Amino acid sequence: MKKLTLPISDEDIRALKVGETVLLSGVMMTGRDAVHKWLNDAFIAKTVEPTEDDVTVFEAIKPILDGGIIYHCGPVVSGVDTGDYKFVAAGPTTSIREEPYQALVMELFNLKGVIGKGGMEAKTLQGCMDTPAVYFHAIGGAASLIAQSVQDVITVHKLDFGVPEAMWVIDVKDFPVVVTMDSHGGSQHVTVKEKSQKVLDELMEK
Amino acid sequence: MQDLTKEILELIRRTSTDLPADVEAKLRTAYTDEEDGSAAQGALDTILKNVDLARSNSTPICQDTGTPLFYVHYPEGLSTRKIKKQIVDAVTEATKLNYLRPNSVNAVTGANTGDNSGDDHYPTIHFEEVDENLPLTIELMLKGGGCENVGAQYKLPNVEMHAGRDLAGVRKVVLDAVQKAQGKGCAPGILGIAVGGDRGASYLASKETLLTKIGAENPDAELDALENQLTEEINQMGIGPMGFGGKTTVLDTKIKGLHRVPASYFVSVSYMCWAYRRRKMTVSGAEVSYD
Ligand code: SF4
Repeated sequence: MKKLTLPISDEDIRALKVGETVLLSGVMMTGRDAVHKWLNDAFIAKTVEPTEDDVTVFEAIKPILDGGIIYHCGPVVSGVDTGDYKFVAAGPTTSIREEPYQALVMELFNLKGVIGKGGMEAKTLQGCMDTPAVYFHAIGGAASLIAQSVQDVITVHKLDFGVPEAMWVIDVKDFPVVVTMDSHGGSQHVTVKEKSQKVLDELMEK
Repeated sequence: MQDLTKEILELIRRTSTDLPADVEAKLRTAYTDEEDGSAAQGALDTILKNVDLARSNSTPICQDTGTPLFYVHYPEGLSTRKIKKQIVDAVTEATKLNYLRPNSVNAVTGANTGDNSGDDHYPTIHFEEVDENLPLTIELMLKGGGCENVGAQYKLPNVEMHAGRDLAGVRKVVLDAVQKAQGKGCAPGILGIAVGGDRGASYLASKETLLTKIGAENPDAELDALENQLTEEINQMGIGPMGFGGKTTVLDTKIKGLHRVPASYFVSVSYMCWAYRRRKMTVSGAEVSYD
């Protein structure tokens, strides 16, 4: 099985193809709906003026995301009141909700990939080709198992978004994922959707 | 009445961390059915390992511990107000102990309450009175947002799909719903379907069908046949576990027929993910048992 350590080079990304299983290690960050909307509003579309705190957080996450990965995940975390954080359950959340923002966020940070579930669509696929980056599919619901690959919770940003929506900076070891969208325009999701549509059309005729 | 907060907390712990045997057995069968070395089999392997781990560590099977849905059958004379308070307290406590994720978000302000306290509808508690000689039972189902989001409601007839107001029409819209869902509801899924009712009753009943065991025979022979046909046809679509492609897209299909007004014909599809978490506790006198 292929192993990759963050930050990932463009060369390693270009070598990945749809269907490949990869074990990921290194420092990454969680980010889902609130984070993508925040990044978009304050730093991409610039529809709201970023606060001082926004700018501080933005500068802090930049180096982590350069060559890095955002994990679409809203974890269960213990020790939230003491600050002695530990990931208890941390499977992927549905990625498609970030479709409007994902390619822009990839470009903004030189992101090498996102991890999520359910796949994404044309805009993100184009983003994967341009940046380059890939979509890594984790196993939805495998939360206890994935939490075990989290060695350390380094820090958290914007905890006021709520535990599931905050940006958790984590150090992972051998996080199992499958490449379902690559940087060459390949998408397992498109393939499966087209095939299932054909079968559906046949069944509808019956 | 006796204070059951602790016992309800145990019900929540079991539901969140210990996948029911019928679901696990079905997932194991699916694993052997999938092609060796395929991404589909790999996904099921990870799922099964995760189920073991969650059980032995008493940690949530999935981090999305969903909307807590309680179904209470209480003997005549018990106070539903008191039962409700004990359920809400147990939910808060379970959140502190990380059996539940803080999942309750104010839709207007966007604020997370942090302890799963909510409003009249969150957590969701359904009460039904039974004869005073019968035991109190509390069933809990945790249904995550990913699979809830791929649920669908149709109104028949549907011209586009040539789906009329009959079971043939029901079949068509259900096939459509599953194809649209792809792997997004964490396939392999379990389908809870209600035919008829008003929009609200229809969705409610579609979820209630999910309280029965996998493979349970439908008392209505016609619906039973349609359930089997749908499971078989859906699995021809090749969506597979997680939408990676494969033979197992759904594990089971459950259908219930309801009464409707002449003008309406709704079909409601509730998609349950593989993390099909549901448990029941029974209180007979001082004795509490779980299954
Ligand atoms: S759909 Fe189910 S298994 Fe998937 S993330 Fe949501 S609750 Fe977990």
